[in-house]
Amino acid sequence: MGFALSILAIVLGFVGTLLWNSRFALHKFGWSFLWGQTWDPVAEIFGALPFVYGTLVTSAVGLLIAVPLGLGTAIFLAELAPPRLSESLSFLVELLAAIPSVIYGLVGVFVVVPWVRTAVGPTLSAVLGWFPLFQGTPYGVGLLTAGIILAAMIVPFITTVSREVLLAVPRSQREAALAMGATHWETVWTAILPYARSGIVGSIFLALARALGETMAVTMVVGNRPEIKASLLEPGYTMAAVLANEFTEATSDLYLHALVEIGLVLFGVTFLVNGIARLMLFKMGHGQELRA
Amino acid sequence: MKRWAFQSIVAAVILSVCASAWAGKILLINGAGATFPYPIYSKWFSEYAKLNNSVNFNYQSIGSGGGIRQITAQTVDFGATDGPMNDEQMQKAPAPILHVPTVLGGVVPIYSLPEVSEKLNFTQAALAGIFLGKISTWNHPEIAKANPGVALPNKPIVVVHRSDGSGTTFVWTDFLSSVSAEWKAKVGKSTSVNWPVGLGGKGNEGVAGLVKQTPYAIGYTELGYATNNKIPYSKVQNRAGEFVDCTAQTISSAAASAKMPKDFRVSIVNAAGQDAYPISSFTWLLVYREQTDRVKGEEIMKFLHWMLKDGQRYSEPLGYAPLPPDVARMVEESLDQIKLP
Repeated sequence: MGFALSILAIVLGFVGTLLWNSRFALHKFGWSFLWGQTWDPVAEIFGALPFVYGTLVTSAVGLLIAVPLGLGTAIFLAELAPPRLSESLSFLVELLAAIPSVIYGLVGVFVVVPWVRTAVGPTLSAVLGWFPLFQGTPYGVGLLTAGIILAAMIVPFITTVSREVLLAVPRSQREAALAMGATHWETVWTAILPYARSGIVGSIFLALARALGETMAVTMVVGNRPEIKASLLEPGYTMAAVLANEFTEATSDLYLHALVEIGLVLFGVTFLVNGIARLMLFKMGHGQELRA
Repeated sequence: MKRWAFQSIVAAVILSVCASAWAGKILLINGAGATFPYPIYSKWFSEYAKLNNSVNFNYQSIGSGGGIRQITAQTVDFGATDGPMNDEQMQKAPAPILHVPTVLGGVVPIYSLPEVSEKLNFTQAALAGIFLGKISTWNHPEIAKANPGVALPNKPIVVVHRSDGSGTTFVWTDFLSSVSAEWKAKVGKSTSVNWPVGLGGKGNEGVAGLVKQTPYAIGYTELGYATNNKIPYSKVQNRAGEFVDCTAQTISSAAASAKMPKDFRVSIVNAAGQDAYPISSFTWLLVYREQTDRVKGEEIMKFLHWMLKDGQRYSEPLGYAPLPPDVARMVEESLDQIKLP
């Protein structure tokens, strides 16, 4: 009980500290901080929207790539692969989660950035250039590159957790489906995945939380440009990245408070995303009960 | 096995007691601040420790902003900064702070042009135009006129700047502000600014990495970083109209030709001398004029005197420039202002 309350106290302490240390910026910009698009430390005009946008877009791109990849791997490992192969591959996947993010960043800078600039970017803009999402000069660094790196970082979360969840599905569930004459694939699709759904969604939100807060690797490849552009090939900026970049040299009080307010917004966004996840899980559980 | 474990525990206890007794005799002086002079400062502190092992300087390179905040809050014994404190910051400090120039540094434009092997020349208008986004191709007349005989490609320029707040950016934007009225009005100078164009790389290594990798890119780093990593950098036109290569010599002559105010809070970008390199700057240590701890104050004074004489010779191999003799003498005289309790 005491420990549980202490967690609450820590969260409240967090919010309180963030609020107190961002009070100048809160006072000066009010709610307009959230939709302001200028970030000018010299004129001391601060707006958070480009950072919020960059954070959400890079995380979304990361999830779009990581969910099919991670879930596919988990299904393969849990259902299709021979046990010995499954064990060793799972170990490798878990190892991926243990790599420090700065290493991902370096791989990003030296491998993924040149690859996006010379191969992925030009191909995308040649084939899908009619679509605003893929227009513009590919610099190599940008929202797409950050998304790819994030995907690589969060796949292990999705795979490891989902695999455990899939393995926990009771035998009776599989046997029932097989007894009905379902193929292996149909069993996975109709009997196992729905049963494991809430656990899988949980793993995805765990991954999303990591993607939203990732700092180092993203900073190294996102291009660090506080602008909202439609194209994924353009450079962007994330909330965590601007904090890491500018905190040490923020000399004026207002500047420092604006940065702390970015932290507050990041906290808010993470909280909101987690809230939505809870709500979805709750609704799902509800739906299942109704159908049953 | 048990005995071995017991013995090692006893040994560890004895060792740690000895170590703490020994450490107790060493005076620890804490400082924090600028990252730009970190290589030379750590060299100085380690060299100085060899001469005087009763004192240990501990320097954390947390950034100039942090250095100013920490010295103002009196959590460190000295601070360090790449841009001088402004009047508002000086007023906020609880007591008068002395700026002690330590060495000089230069910032150079680096670029990657696969077709060009010659060292380029940049006019002041060219650099301002490129970073404002007004000059967007390499064969623009403003670049071409300073580089006769060089076949400049008709390719878009990719601008790269620092994404993290840094003294290097302060010096670079200070230079651009002093040569371009438009830059001064639209962007200004600071450790991080609202860049009109370009990609942000984190740290010198981030900028250099992006410039090296991206064909037709231009960026800026401090001199030592460019020379150590063999990155091509250009000459820059100075106030006298000459194209000057960045060396310890040309940086020092920028400092020599600048008019020195009493408190040393001076910018030496775009200095007047014939061979003055225009993108140069001092870097400063910040100490309180009235020291509160006699022993620490004495040790700081001793170090500062050593740094101004013997310490200066370590600057050049690390890509910094020593203080010109006149300036070093002026600084040495100013140290008399420091009062011990």
